[in-house]
Amino acid sequence: MAKLLVLFAHPALEKSRVHTRMIKHIHHLPNVYFHDLYETYPDLDIDVEKEKKLLLDHELIIWQHPFYWYSAPAIIKQWMDLVLEHNWAYGSHGKMLAGKKIFNSISTGGKKEAYCTTGRNHYSIPELLAPFEQTARLCRMDYLPPFVVHGTHRLADADIELHAVQYEQLLVALTNDRISEEEYRKAKYLNDIYPIPEQVQS
Amino acid sequence: MDQNSFFFQAFVYLAAAVVMVPIAKKTGLGSVLGYLLAGIVIGPAVMGFIGKEGQDVLHFAEFGVVMMLFVIGLELEPELLWRLRKSILGLGTLQVLITAILIGAIAMSFGMQWQQAVALGMILSLSSTAIVLQTLNEKGLMKTAAGQSSFSVLLFQDIAVIPMLALFPLLAVLTPATVADEHHSKTLVEGLPGWAQTLVVLGSVAVIIVAGRFLVRPLFRIVAATRLREVFTATVLLLVVGIAVLMTQVGLSPALGTFLAGVVLADSEYRHELESDIDPFKGLLLGLFFIAVGASIDFNLILEQPMLIAGLVLLLIFIKGIVLFVLGKFFRLGLEQNLLFAVGLSQVGEFAFVLFSFSLQEGILPKETIDIMVAVVAITMALTPLLMLVNEKLVLPLVGTKEKAPEREADEIDEKNPVIIAGFGHFGNTIGRFLKAHKIGMTILDIDSDRVELLRKMGFKVYYGDATRYDLLQSAGAHHAKLIIIALEPAEKRLEMIETIKKHFPNLRMLVRSENRFDSYDLMNAGMLHVYRETFDTAMRVGVDTMKFLGYRQYSAQRAARLFAKLDEANLKKLAAIRDWDDYVLAAKENIEELERMLQTDNNQIGGIRDTGWDEESLIADPESAKAN
Repeated sequence: MAKLLVLFAHPALEKSRVHTRMIKHIHHLPNVYFHDLYETYPDLDIDVEKEKKLLLDHELIIWQHPFYWYSAPAIIKQWMDLVLEHNWAYGSHGKMLAGKKIFNSISTGGKKEAYCTTGRNHYSIPELLAPFEQTARLCRMDYLPPFVVHGTHRLADADIELHAVQYEQLLVALTNDRISEEEYRKAKYLNDIYPIPEQVQS
Repeated sequence: MDQNSFFFQAFVYLAAAVVMVPIAKKTGLGSVLGYLLAGIVIGPAVMGFIGKEGQDVLHFAEFGVVMMLFVIGLELEPELLWRLRKSILGLGTLQVLITAILIGAIAMSFGMQWQQAVALGMILSLSSTAIVLQTLNEKGLMKTAAGQSSFSVLLFQDIAVIPMLALFPLLAVLTPATVADEHHSKTLVEGLPGWAQTLVVLGSVAVIIVAGRFLVRPLFRIVAATRLREVFTATVLLLVVGIAVLMTQVGLSPALGTFLAGVVLADSEYRHELESDIDPFKGLLLGLFFIAVGASIDFNLILEQPMLIAGLVLLLIFIKGIVLFVLGKFFRLGLEQNLLFAVGLSQVGEFAFVLFSFSLQEGILPKETIDIMVAVVAITMALTPLLMLVNEKLVLPLVGTKEKAPEREADEIDEKNPVIIAGFGHFGNTIGRFLKAHKIGMTILDIDSDRVELLRKMGFKVYYGDATRYDLLQSAGAHHAKLIIIALEPAEKRLEMIETIKKHFPNLRMLVRSENRFDSYDLMNAGMLHVYRETFDTAMRVGVDTMKFLGYRQYSAQRAARLFAKLDEANLKKLAAIRDWDDYVLAAKENIEELERMLQTDNNQIGGIRDTGWDEESLIADPESAKAN
């Protein structure tokens, strides 16, 4: 069993259909600690010591957030700036996070096809997530492919539910060490490991 | 022992109620049945403490029904009445008409003359406002679709009594009884021509509305300003009694008049106070009324003709129930709600007693018939709580509970606000404006009648009253609210209120205003988790601005202030536990020193915030990064 920390950031969760559903499916899971950053720090005053302790207590970490301007909402950046201290998370003496797995779990209005050289967003999601990947690398962490919900503006409620179930499945598998190294490497998105069956999609 | 002495009478009634009602409630029978049983026990049938005077008591206690309608009116706002217009007019009219016709037809088939049949049909079509509303209220069913439909029908019936009274003299077939003039001789309108009577009636209704709007509120304000509670109560009673007198004088139902007055005052600031002042009187008189009904059941008559009476009771309940059920179905009540509605209203009401004695005077029905019917009516009333209990415990579980009537959902009143604000001075006012801007429902209570008046003009729904009182909190909906903001000015009032709430509304979350540190300690020791020092946040803002003007960065000053506040809050909790003054001074001194140490600044940085993530010193010193650059 591996303990998983979900660092969740949404400045207006009440407006989000996707994240509300996703949270509903994962917050109760055993070994999953759901940490709502905006709810805990409404004025962005991150409690650094508390956050460091949380990181140490978990082997798996997720940054879960909407994909704002090809990145995360502000509090995630504040969290990175303040918590990932030099000589603690990185630097020649900073090895506290070494070996932990981390990835982004994001929602985006654009379809998957929009995220390629010929699409309007020009870059693929993994390319755009490079700053997160590199942050993880500098902290000697293992950066996994992202979990992505595409086309959120036009998703039917049923499809959102399917993605939420998929997310739950993934988290259950992760906390129970059911996913092999090879499976991670092969997947472009973590979604690919447990694809939603063709026939149930709209 | 003088059985007729007032004290002994009062003792018997009160003792019967005090003994029987708790027993009935404990065994799940409800208070109405408890009172009825108490009446039977002390009545001629069992112990014989009260005999014929039970009838007089019944008339006196009918005033309880009058008060109940006043309270109902208070709880009804005109827009709700407007929303219910369909069920009041449609459901109400159909119920009275169809039931009256059916019962009349049966009466004729038994050989009655048509005039008698019509009178009987009309009398028996009515249901008991007192029993039904009391029972529904007690079970918390008033706001359900069934409750609303029941209320609509009962309201229509209460109004329908007036034309019935007018119609009765036309139905006389016998020589009027000799007692006839006792009833009529007292009214003002006696002897006036028909059009003048109508004018007087309309005029008095207008008087109630106009006076309620423009006279009563200023009067209450003056009385409230004296801050003498009993005078306020007296004024409320005066209002209700006054209306009852006026209505009786013009030949209208007092219940209808007070109901109207209640509706007029429903949106006034004194609504909750009026309600809680009149409530004990209403409750006692209604209790007395039910006792009197129980005592008036003539068991000798029943024993003489048991089969006839039982047959009539069953027939009546059956006919009324079926009519109600079919109408309920027609008006789209769900099965469960419909059963509640039909069973609830299947009895004959207290107005039947009035109408029976009237029809005796007018010479419509013979005395023998009336005696039997009075017993039948009393029994149907006594059976209602039992029937409702049977319905609730045995029938409803069979039809699949929790069925909802989606079409009627919109008719439910939901005036229960999630937030109550106690005290609406500058402090409560600011909170109120903020919440109002976000359309959060609040019930506001304040003791200053001038301020209440002013705020009402500004568009706030503020109610006058002492928020520390249990009954006022109760009628302000403290049972349903999510939280209460205690923003009263006197510190001891706040503590008093906390005790009341802890005792009666243990699930209500309390957010409490506090004057200063010492006040906060008291509140924390009273178990309060959410304590807000009224000057603290403002003072911190001045501190931040001071730093800003001294040249510090705003954001850093802001963060420093928040850290300071957090530490100070933690200290407050620690210090709250210290009772001894010397120990306190010592501990406080240590805490201040500790705080200073924690916030100790060096090289012009403020707040001592160890946001080393924003520091580059160690990074610059790190050989690894030096290599990379």
